[in-house]
Amino acid sequence: MGEVIVITSGKGGVGKTTTTANLGTGLALQGKKTVLIDTDIGLRNLDVVMGLENRIVYDLVDVVEGTCRVKQALIKDKRFDGLYLLPAAQTRDKNAVSPAQMEKLCAELKEEFDFVLIDCPAGIEQGFKNAIAGADKAYVVTTPEVSAVRDADRIIGLLEANDIRNPKLIVNRLRPDMVRRGDMMTIDDILDILAIDLLGVIPDDENIIISTNRGEPAVADSKSQAGLAYRNITRRILGEEIPFIDLAARHSLFTRMKKLFGFKPA
Amino acid sequence: MMDLLKLLMRKKENSKDIAKERLKLVLIHDRSTFSPQFLEMVKGEIIKVIQKYMEVDEELLDIQLTKTTSDDGERVIPALVANIPIRSMKQGIR
Ligand SMILES: Nc1ncnc2c1ncn2[C@@H]1O[C@H](COP(=O)(O)OP(=O)(O)O)[C@@H](O)[C@H]1O
Ligand SMILES: [Mg+2]
Repeated sequence: MGEVIVITSGKGGVGKTTTTANLGTGLALQGKKTVLIDTDIGLRNLDVVMGLENRIVYDLVDVVEGTCRVKQALIKDKRFDGLYLLPAAQTRDKNAVSPAQMEKLCAELKEEFDFVLIDCPAGIEQGFKNAIAGADKAYVVTTPEVSAVRDADRIIGLLEANDIRNPKLIVNRLRPDMVRRGDMMTIDDILDILAIDLLGVIPDDENIIISTNRGEPAVADSKSQAGLAYRNITRRILGEEIPFIDLAARHSLFTRMKKLFGFKPA
Repeated sequence: MMDLLKLLMRKKENSKDIAKERLKLVLIHDRSTFSPQFLEMVKGEIIKVIQKYMEVDEELLDIQLTKTTSDDGERVIPALVANIPIRSMKQGIR
């Protein structure tokens, strides 16, 4: 029996879709059978981020309305073994799907998949309710900004009210240079305010835009900083203890030398 | 003079500290979204206590979560403000 995880945030544009694409691809690269569901009906995005937009035949609404079977709507990603996408409908609205239908669909999918990742739309209305309906767990994405953290706090409250306990936090678009000069909240500042467990930190990285341009998730790019951060999160999801890298740490020549010669950092 | 000093100090303060301070404050407000029931509960308890000593107008009683400045005037802090119109004092409590 697999796990259903919703990736949510409240605020738009903080990196839910990017995170869903990268964690899904990361899990598939680790040999886990994974399906991604785009629940942002009317504003479908996950398909283009994944580079699968040309292969869509059926969508989420077709599935819940019974126009097709689930299997027929799943797009198999030929680049990554075991990775599938269930795209959102583009020409319908959020009310075309109900929380009860989502619950049923998630229950069905987790029979077959190790992971079901749900890309949640922005907001706290119907789309959000649909996205969390079948979820066992939640990852909350935020950026180190006042408005995003505020919305994350709201979402955490709503998740708990809906019996999704202990959501985990992903901080996206951290700018180490800004943190160092005191112009961006630190991870500790954010954890202090939200009081939830940290799952990972993704730096602001132009490779995300480049990889999105190409439709190839950054997690598969060994040279991307953000890709590395997503690989680390993937391994944490699978139960490995991966230490958090302090992206904003000032590395003295001495600590760099120690690293070079293989001494463990204190 | 003091104000000028404060102004200068504020400039020096990291913008992330200002962000954190503002967030903490706005969240105190946001997190009280349960306030309708919560404030009703608080209201009920306050009325019970006060009625031991005076007669109050329950209809006009008003309790709100708002903001005020701290004693040193440096920060804005959350405050529970109650407006309790008194009808009369009870007999024999003086
Ligand atoms: N770590 C990052 N570094 C740089 N750009 C990012 C990063 N994460 C997301 N973005 C960009 O931010 C925009 C919004 O991301 P997206 O995943 O679509 O957010 P959401 O799904 O929460 O609305 C996209 O253009 C994306 O490429
Ligand atoms: Mg999105």
